[in-house]
Amino acid sequence: MTTEAATIGLTHGGSEDTGLGNRGPESKSIVVPYGFWLFVLSDIVLFSALFATYAALVRATDGGPTTNQLFDRNLVAIETVALLLSSFVCGLAIIFAKRANMLWTQVWLLVTGLFGAIFLFIELYEFSKMIGEGAGPQRSAFLSAFFTLVGCHGLHVTCGLLWLGTMMAQVWAKGFQQHILRRLLCFSIFWHALDIIWVAIFTIVYLIGTLP
Amino acid sequence: MTSDENNLLDVAPGQPHSNILSEVMAYVIGLGLALLLTGISFWVASTSVLWGPGIATGLVVLAIAQMGVHLVFFLHITSGPDNTNNVLALAFGVLIVFLVMIGTIWIMAHMNANMAPDPNMMNLMTQRG
Repeated sequence: MTTEAATIGLTHGGSEDTGLGNRGPESKSIVVPYGFWLFVLSDIVLFSALFATYAALVRATDGGPTTNQLFDRNLVAIETVALLLSSFVCGLAIIFAKRANMLWTQVWLLVTGLFGAIFLFIELYEFSKMIGEGAGPQRSAFLSAFFTLVGCHGLHVTCGLLWLGTMMAQVWAKGFQQHILRRLLCFSIFWHALDIIWVAIFTIVYLIGTLP
Repeated sequence: MTSDENNLLDVAPGQPHSNILSEVMAYVIGLGLALLLTGISFWVASTSVLWGPGIATGLVVLAIAQMGVHLVFFLHITSGPDNTNNVLALAFGVLIVFLVMIGTIWIMAHMNANMAPDPNMMNLMTQRG
C-alpha cells in the first residue's frame, strides 16, 4: 500500500511497469526533463495569448503602415533557415554530449550559437529599420502587438544564447556529469521549442501578412 | 546491439538509439522534412496557381505539420509507453492554446460586428485605416 501511494503521479510507464505501482519515483533523468517540458508548454500558452492579441489587432493600423508594406519575405526566409539549422545542430550537440565527446559537443554548440546569433541580428536589423521608418511599437495597435509577439520570441532567443554560453562553459569546466547533461538536455528542449514558436510566427505574421 | 545495427532505421525517431549513425539520421530526416515544409509554405504564399481564399488555411495546416515534425524528430515526443506523461502534458497545452486563440479571435470578431454603435466602444473599428 505504501509503495503504491509513493508512486502516484510519478509512474512513468516503463516497459516492465505493470500499472500497479510497483516502481518507485522515476529517476531525475526522467523527472527533470518532464518538469522542464511543463515549463516549455506553459511558455507556449503564453505565446498563444500574444498570438491571439496580434490576430485581434492586426488590422488596427490607425492609418499607419500595414503588414504588406512592412515585411520582407526574403529576410524572413533567411531567419527561418538560420533558426532551423540552429535547432538541428543543437540536436547533434546532444548526440555527441551523450557520448562524452568534448570536441564535437563544443563545436556543435558553438555552431548552434552562431546560427542563433545570425537569426537575432537579422531580427534586430528588421526592428531598427521599421523603427527608423516611423513604424515603431507606439505607431498603432497592430505594431504594438507585432513588437510584443516577435520581440518576446527574440527575447527568448537572447536568453537562450546566454544559457547556451553558460552551458558551453559548464561542460568545459565540469565535464559530462549527470547533472550537466540534464541541464544541456533542458537547454535543447528550450531551443527546439523556440523553433516551433518561430514556425507559427513566420506563418501567421509574415507569410499570411504578406499575401496579396 | 547487433540487431540494432542491422535495422538502423527500424527505430522510431524518438526512441533511444545505440548507434550514432541512426541517431544522426533521425535528425537529418527531421531537418529534411522541416526544410521541405518550410519551402512549400513560402512557395504556397507566393504562387498565383492556387485558389486565393484557401491559401491562409493551407499555410496554417503546413505550419501545424511542421510543428509535428519538430515534436517527433527534434523533441522526441513518441507514442511509446515512457512518453505517456509528455504526450498528456502536450495534449493539455494544445487544448489551452486552441481555447485561447480560437476563443479570442471568435469573440473579438463578433464584438466588432455586434457592438452597439457607440463610437467610444468601437475603438478597433475606428483605428482601421
